[in-house]
Amino acid sequence: MAKTTILEFKGKRADPAPQMAIAICAKHGDRPDALIEILHDLQEELGHVPEASLPAIAKSLNLSRAEIHGVVTFYHDFHSSPQKKHVLKICAAEACQSMGARELIALAEKLTKGKKITIEKVYCLGYCASSPALMVNGAPKARVDARSLKQIVAGLT
Amino acid sequence: MIKVFVPRDSAALAVGADEVAKAIAKEAAAKKISIQIIRNSSRGLFWLEPFVEVDTPKGRVGYGPVAVSDVKALFKAKFLEGGKHRLAQGLVEEIPYLKKQERLTFARAGITDPLSLEDYRAHGGFEGLSKALKLSGADIVKEVADSGLRGRGGAGFPAGIKWKTVLDTKADQKYVCCNADEGDSGTYADRMVMEGDPFMLIEGMAIGGIATGATKGLIYIRSEYPHAIAVMKEAIAIAEKAGWLGHNIQGTDKSFTLEVRRGAGAYICGEETSMLESLEGKRGMVRAKPPIPALEGLFGKPTIINNVLTFAAVPFIIAKGGKAYADYGMGRSRGTLPFQLAGNVKRGGLVEKAFGVTLSELINDFGGGTFTGKKARAAQVGGPLGSYVPAQQFSMPMDYETFAANGAMVGHGGIVVFDATVDMAAQARFAMEFCAIESCGKCTPCRIGSVRGVEVIDRIVAGEDREMNAIVLEDLCATMTDGSLCAMGGLTPMPVMSAFRFFPEDFGMKKQTRKAAE
Repeated sequence: MAKTTILEFKGKRADPAPQMAIAICAKHGDRPDALIEILHDLQEELGHVPEASLPAIAKSLNLSRAEIHGVVTFYHDFHSSPQKKHVLKICAAEACQSMGARELIALAEKLTKGKKITIEKVYCLGYCASSPALMVNGAPKARVDARSLKQIVAGLT
Repeated sequence: MIKVFVPRDSAALAVGADEVAKAIAKEAAAKKISIQIIRNSSRGLFWLEPFVEVDTPKGRVGYGPVAVSDVKALFKAKFLEGGKHRLAQGLVEEIPYLKKQERLTFARAGITDPLSLEDYRAHGGFEGLSKALKLSGADIVKEVADSGLRGRGGAGFPAGIKWKTVLDTKADQKYVCCNADEGDSGTYADRMVMEGDPFMLIEGMAIGGIATGATKGLIYIRSEYPHAIAVMKEAIAIAEKAGWLGHNIQGTDKSFTLEVRRGAGAYICGEETSMLESLEGKRGMVRAKPPIPALEGLFGKPTIINNVLTFAAVPFIIAKGGKAYADYGMGRSRGTLPFQLAGNVKRGGLVEKAFGVTLSELINDFGGGTFTGKKARAAQVGGPLGSYVPAQQFSMPMDYETFAANGAMVGHGGIVVFDATVDMAAQARFAMEFCAIESCGKCTPCRIGSVRGVEVIDRIVAGEDREMNAIVLEDLCATMTDGSLCAMGGLTPMPVMSAFRFFPEDFGMKKQTRKAAE
């Protein structure tokens, strides 16, 4: 969808989140059952779900602000603050554990210290026959070991 | 023109299939050889991915696992004519791992281009739906009931009974919901269906809609599967255009529309009532049952909820008849189950076999033992809520009843193998920790029990009052089992107690002291 233009207000940049939220809700027909899709779309546009967008969503969908807050905080996918430039989703579930995921996660945390990389533990990416697995900015990687992890992290600048 | 197949399954992409496909195209162009690269689905032989196949006069010949650095050598070895190379696996159909399987649901896996409607039809696609369009709802439901098909999501509830309930309930609107929130570690069969044979799922759901009079379908796919979401959306658009979905399907008076909904990273939404809440745009809080969703489901209307594999089995059942499906299997577990070998296993992949195959056949004969070459110590069967089965019980046949009688569960057919280095106390602790992270919080045994469970296991491992804490753990697990609203809290004690009973030494307990405490 087209990005809503950032509003200029008295020389100060107005927060684009509410406008964006209203536009996305409208795209989904202001249907309350589409709330999760709406939040996904909003997060794809802004990188996170800002607090400032919640009243606008609530009004569009005719729900209470508390209901929106409840949904945003229930699901692991939604972040109320921006993530770093790169996101490394590492599988921490059993199949990957059996192939050394615990050690791999510890290494990833060490390697990414001070870098613009958010480490997110996820529970299963569906590559359990090629463990351990992770996702680098949405791209899947399987059969990851210490060496390939170092290469991956080095490539994220 | 020579046809070369490079899978587009995201597990193949994760080990470099895109790069391999590009390298093959580049090398062929440089050598002025005319080839056609087809991005097929995966055969499910994941240790061989990226698995490149070449169409030869003798049949399809496979090479794997192919790295970009192997491509030049493959051309030199004349792989386009099926030439010899160290990565050559011979005729694909003759690979024992594949040949020994009974692929009904995964009959097209690795063979077709997932989004080619012609491929799908050429391999028996839409035969079931075409037949269903001429049958009455009751006849379709009877066929499903006769097949003995049980819910493949894990609970194993007979699909025929569920469908009949929805058929017999009068309502102005009914729904068909596919639970594609495949969150169990060790399972990926749903993902393979959606990425590799999406029309099969569409066909199965459409048959469900036509059988019960439900005109709207939703597929709830977890957000961790972006590739599956994209392929399903594309496949739905193609099927709609070709008149297999939408209004007046194939010129009949039957209608069925389908929509994809994304999950948002909550494991609990794999529980059917929690999924319904999520589909309604709410927090994924579990609903109390009754009422069952077949009577009051999505938006309070009668709803069929089945797993991807359940719907995927339906086209075969309707096309070939319920009996053809029921001829496979043992006891009350009829048909086949796509087992998924995962974790520390040498040859991890999808093995579709009739119920009754033993764990040992799967792990040792198909899987080739552990990846590390060490002795297998345990396997967790049926996802994070499934039991840890110790190696001495690997002779158990895989069927719902045998597993239940042994305090384990077949679940969605995922098998995660662990070698001798596994710390079973850490695995038990993780099961409780996972429950604490993923609990919806509605019922106390699950919400608080899981947190207390982590603490009690920590105390046992630390050697604090072991005997007393062992009793506390057992008591806590009994409370969770009996008092939880759904399977999340109710089954978390399965991995915990199986680890505790079979591997007390990992908790710092002696086997005989455990007996004395009982």
